Amino acid sequence: MNPATRMVARAGPAGRVQPNGAWVRHIRLRPLRRRIVILALLCVLVAGLFSASVLLGSYTVSVADFFRMLGGMRIPGASFIVMENKLPRAVVGLMVGMAFGISGAVFQSMLRNPLASPDIIGISYGASAAAVFAIVFFGAAGVSVSVAAVVGALGVALLITALSRRHGGPGLILIGIGAAAFMQAAVTFLLQRTDIRVAQDALIWLTGSLNSSNWNRAGLLAAALAVLLPLAALLTRSLHGLQLGDDTAAGLGFRVPRARLWLTIMGALLAALATAAAGPVAFVAFLSGPIAKRLCGQSTSLAAAGLVGAATVLAADFLAVNLIPGSALPVGVVTGALGAPFLLWLLISTNRSSTGG
Amino acid sequence: MGVHAAPLTRPAGGLRSTTAASPASAASPAPTVAWSSLGAGSGPAAPPLVLSRRRQAIAPLAALTVIAVLAAVVLGSLAIGARPVSLPVVLDAVFHPDAANGDHAVVLARVTRTVAGLLVGAALGLAGTAMQGVTRNPLADPGILGVNAGAALAVVAAIFFLGADSVSSYLWLAFGGAALAAVVVYSVASVGRVGATPVKLVLAGAAVSAGLGSLLSAMLVNSRDSMELFRNWQVGALAGKSWDSILAVLPFIAVGAVLLLGTGRLLNNLSLGEDVARSLGQRPGTGRAVAALGIVLLCGSATALAGPIGFIGLVVPHLLRAVVGPDYRWLLPMSLVPAPAVLLLADVLGRVLLPPGEIPAGILAALMGAPVFVWLVRRGRKAAL
Repeated sequence: MNPATRMVARAGPAGRVQPNGAWVRHIRLRPLRRRIVILALLCVLVAGLFSASVLLGSYTVSVADFFRMLGGMRIPGASFIVMENKLPRAVVGLMVGMAFGISGAVFQSMLRNPLASPDIIGISYGASAAAVFAIVFFGAAGVSVSVAAVVGALGVALLITALSRRHGGPGLILIGIGAAAFMQAAVTFLLQRTDIRVAQDALIWLTGSLNSSNWNRAGLLAAALAVLLPLAALLTRSLHGLQLGDDTAAGLGFRVPRARLWLTIMGALLAALATAAAGPVAFVAFLSGPIAKRLCGQSTSLAAAGLVGAATVLAADFLAVNLIPGSALPVGVVTGALGAPFLLWLLISTNRSSTGG
Repeated sequence: MGVHAAPLTRPAGGLRSTTAASPASAASPAPTVAWSSLGAGSGPAAPPLVLSRRRQAIAPLAALTVIAVLAAVVLGSLAIGARPVSLPVVLDAVFHPDAANGDHAVVLARVTRTVAGLLVGAALGLAGTAMQGVTRNPLADPGILGVNAGAALAVVAAIFFLGADSVSSYLWLAFGGAALAAVVVYSVASVGRVGATPVKLVLAGAAVSAGLGSLLSAMLVNSRDSMELFRNWQVGALAGKSWDSILAVLPFIAVGAVLLLGTGRLLNNLSLGEDVARSLGQRPGTGRAVAALGIVLLCGSATALAGPIGFIGLVVPHLLRAVVGPDYRWLLPMSLVPAPAVLLLADVLGRVLLPPGEIPAGILAALMGAPVFVWLVRRGRKAAL
């Protein structure tokens, strides 16, 4: 809508809308109101999906029973399935989705390219390569896998940042793709060398799966998110600055290199911890940011991206578990199968609107 | 390019200074004339092969060196391995094979492997060179542009759904997958005003590879047999190929190679831009389609035979360009020699690096090639933007 038509609309036939202060405030606050409404709706959606994945499915529990169990009452059969299987699974799914969503949005906004998500630029691959290495060679499990994943992701993130200095966002993405190819070769080799059973377990993990979620993982992830989410909130301002471009951001008084470094570290940590908990769930980091951006009217909101990520993982996992009963598909298969067509559409629409680079 | 642009950037009225061009450009016609008089039977329409004087001197030498290196690598590939065989015995085994001799049996097994490596390497090198010309993109490579992933998904689908277990049974599917992925990546990247830029192509390729990869794992997670076959195919090993498989892909590689070797002039003109190519009498659309067909034949065959092997097609053209210059009429045929040499070198290294096991050639090619890719991105401003 160009200004001329807006003027016409404002001085419409009834003349009800006057160009006074209230009207200006109304227009100015419109994006904020929209964002609040969207965030509230997303919260409702995530809550709905969360309770659906806990209560529904192959074993249905009533809401009353669920709260009784939460209160500590033991119901034979139901207690174990809900408290030891479904609930931790849903909790891990929620947090993993949130972490991937925020991580993806951070990198995409910082590099100003919707394709710059951690799974494309090799950060998720760094985490999984290090984790698979630890699993295959040292029989690592639990916390040590997380540590390995964090080391791998941070290492790759800092390496590609250092290598791509003075080469801009596209340079970083291309270098990241090179790094991803390097680590993919390493993972492929490890998978070929190990026992076929270990290889298939590792492949399930590499696809992204919530099947082995438990309270330990949920606790670890929750502790990490408790530190990282406030950090993300703190860094949001710098992120909005960097989105204007490095030169403009520097002109506005942002310390560009430092902000970039912190954002990179935080994004890599989020991606690494989520990868350690559930494997690199395909496309969640990649797609949450753009979806959230479209919902919020082209403005970046990390909270919305996190909620979209959580909703995606919960919905995909619900589908994966219940689509073919008894097969327990990894959640990454569903996100991958649904994500690929969406991704192509995203690429085409990005290319059409701009240079896409 | 610089020669065309120079007169435009000079201030008007400087006619005299324009004609008195820099000594470098004044010197260039001389070798051109010399070369075209040497050019064997090229018709009057064909533009002369332009090589700078330095390159003219270097090119034959470089060609000989590369051929010598290839010969050395081939001999090495026959001799080196878990059971080393001395060179005289290798030659003896090749020319007077004796079935009872254990060393001879080892060498003959390595002959199959070496021939497979030569074919796959040549196919990937030629396809990579042509791809960089067709897409006008220094970072084009069958691995990076998603073509290998397309072929891989098709092969796994053949294994998973149809129970295919030999190269000839999934060859056509590999072609189909490679072609489909190439078309999708190229068309997704070329939407928009500026066409298929390097960045857009690489991103579309990475995205399509990621999407195909998750479909791939959907099949592998559910079938241990497919996983077993696939994980041994995915590493890009040259070992354990049969003559049947090699003969099955040979005609396709030959046809693809002939198609691509004829596109040198087209790629030269395309490198000046589509409009210039058209004004020089080329039909870019048709030419691109022919080249794409050749690329798909070569990549599909190579991938069906040896599994997805990346980075050979990326690195070799760059090595060559440094020596013979940007002329595709040289680059295309010349790429047939160093590419197999690099692949076989990776294969031989893989045999000795991690005894008693082997590192498959495809893995080693990626581990060695990825740093070169990063180096290329860092070096070329144009590639990054």
